[in-house]
Amino acid sequence: MEEIMNKLKKIIFTVLVSFLLIGSSNADKIKIGTEGAYPPWNSKDASGKLIGFEVELAWTLCRYIGQQCEIVEQDWDGMIPALIMRKFDAIMAGMSITAERQKAISFSQGYADEVASLAVMKGSSLEGMDTPAGINLTKPNAAAKKALKTLTGALAGKTVCVQTATIHQNFLDSGDVGKVNVRTYKTQDEVNLDLASGRCDAALAAAVAFSDYAEKSGKPVVLVGPTFSGGAFGNGVGVGIRKDDTELLNAFNKAIDKARKNGDISRIATKWFGFDASM
Amino acid sequence: MDIDLMITSLPKLLIATIVTLKLLSLSLIFGLIIGLFFAILRLNKNIFINKFAYGYSYVFRGTPLLVQIFIIYFGLGQIEYFRSTFLWVVFKEPYWCAIIAFALNTGAYTSEILRSAFQTIKPGMLEAGRSLGISSKIIFLKIQIPIAIRQSLPAYGNEIILMMKGTSLASTVTLMDLTGVAKYIISTTFKPIEVFIVAGSIYLFMTFIIHNLIKFLEKKYQY
Repeated sequence: MEEIMNKLKKIIFTVLVSFLLIGSSNADKIKIGTEGAYPPWNSKDASGKLIGFEVELAWTLCRYIGQQCEIVEQDWDGMIPALIMRKFDAIMAGMSITAERQKAISFSQGYADEVASLAVMKGSSLEGMDTPAGINLTKPNAAAKKALKTLTGALAGKTVCVQTATIHQNFLDSGDVGKVNVRTYKTQDEVNLDLASGRCDAALAAAVAFSDYAEKSGKPVVLVGPTFSGGAFGNGVGVGIRKDDTELLNAFNKAIDKARKNGDISRIATKWFGFDASM
Repeated sequence: MDIDLMITSLPKLLIATIVTLKLLSLSLIFGLIIGLFFAILRLNKNIFINKFAYGYSYVFRGTPLLVQIFIIYFGLGQIEYFRSTFLWVVFKEPYWCAIIAFALNTGAYTSEILRSAFQTIKPGMLEAGRSLGISSKIIFLKIQIPIAIRQSLPAYGNEIILMMKGTSLASTVTLMDLTGVAKYIISTTFKPIEVFIVAGSIYLFMTFIIHNLIKFLEKKYQY
């Protein structure tokens, strides 16, 4: 009996020590968190491997920084808390630079930009709104203000679906388009599913997220209204880094400079988006 | 630790608790009806009826509640034919999808709790009733059901608490219950620990109330 106990103790000890060793061997790697569910920014292929614009860009930036990297997956709604709690050191997850997020974390310079858009199913009453092609909300001009008014009227009493904790949710909560019935989902996939099922009258997200979904699913999803940028939609997408981690922030800023100059960002962006979304 | 955030989020979370309590009470009422119905089927001698009831409880006790909600909410919503039926009026709403999933889930457990409670009733009690010439319907309503309810109180109390915690999954289908609002506050403050501590305390307090209520009922109906 005692012999067995001793053996058991040895096994437990070995397992614990090996855990410690595994933990320490990763210590000098830069860990980058991404969602893996927001194509074409970041997603997963059929085998579960992380792919997408930001995954490829992350490897490129790490090469310029000259340090080993590891990309880890994290649910979107826990992204910033996980960074703060040191689960990883940087966020590259299609996260727009907004004033609200900058209260909690720092951002590198932007590496890409996207416009947001409303989407509906073909045949919706929201199709054919008389609005400009795109509006900027940082300093809205007369046309932008008029477009917001048109949207306020069209969306009154409608259910608009967004992913939780996104710039799109912030925009709808800001009241710029009046009181709409906002429904929040954990992932963009779920937003797409409920848009297709008809539970949502409209959905708001990155325009590319909808065109990607329409293309892959074959569902008649169409973009309506103007595309949005500026204001609540932030100023481009950057790398999120802890506030006290200025060394890493500088390293990423320099790496982005180099990657931009060498044309890496444009090249990778064009590959994944079909157009040059770099900035 | 951000104490201010904990204090300011408390009223918002308490308002959201009303949604949680509504979900819980409606699911428990429907679940009890379903549970009683299937418990009676389980006691039926007909093998097909018996196996059907067993199959129901086996499936719903053997799969995670989260999966059941997802199938009912996202799964059924994908079937185009289903969306054209009158059922879609109910299933379009996340609120009713959650209640249907919760009621079916707790109904499965309740049916097992009630079945075992019925089976613990000593045959002597029923024979005593029959020997007095009481009809079997009255025996069922006035003897079997009250004893079964008393027998099942401790187990059912546990089920209520489990269901209460289970309602937190309603937030996965966009409902703004206690967990949903907690997540919403976190999405703008990025401080999960503070908010979840407050939300967790509210859940704990509800458990405390339910636990004591069941204990009180157990004492009251002692025999």
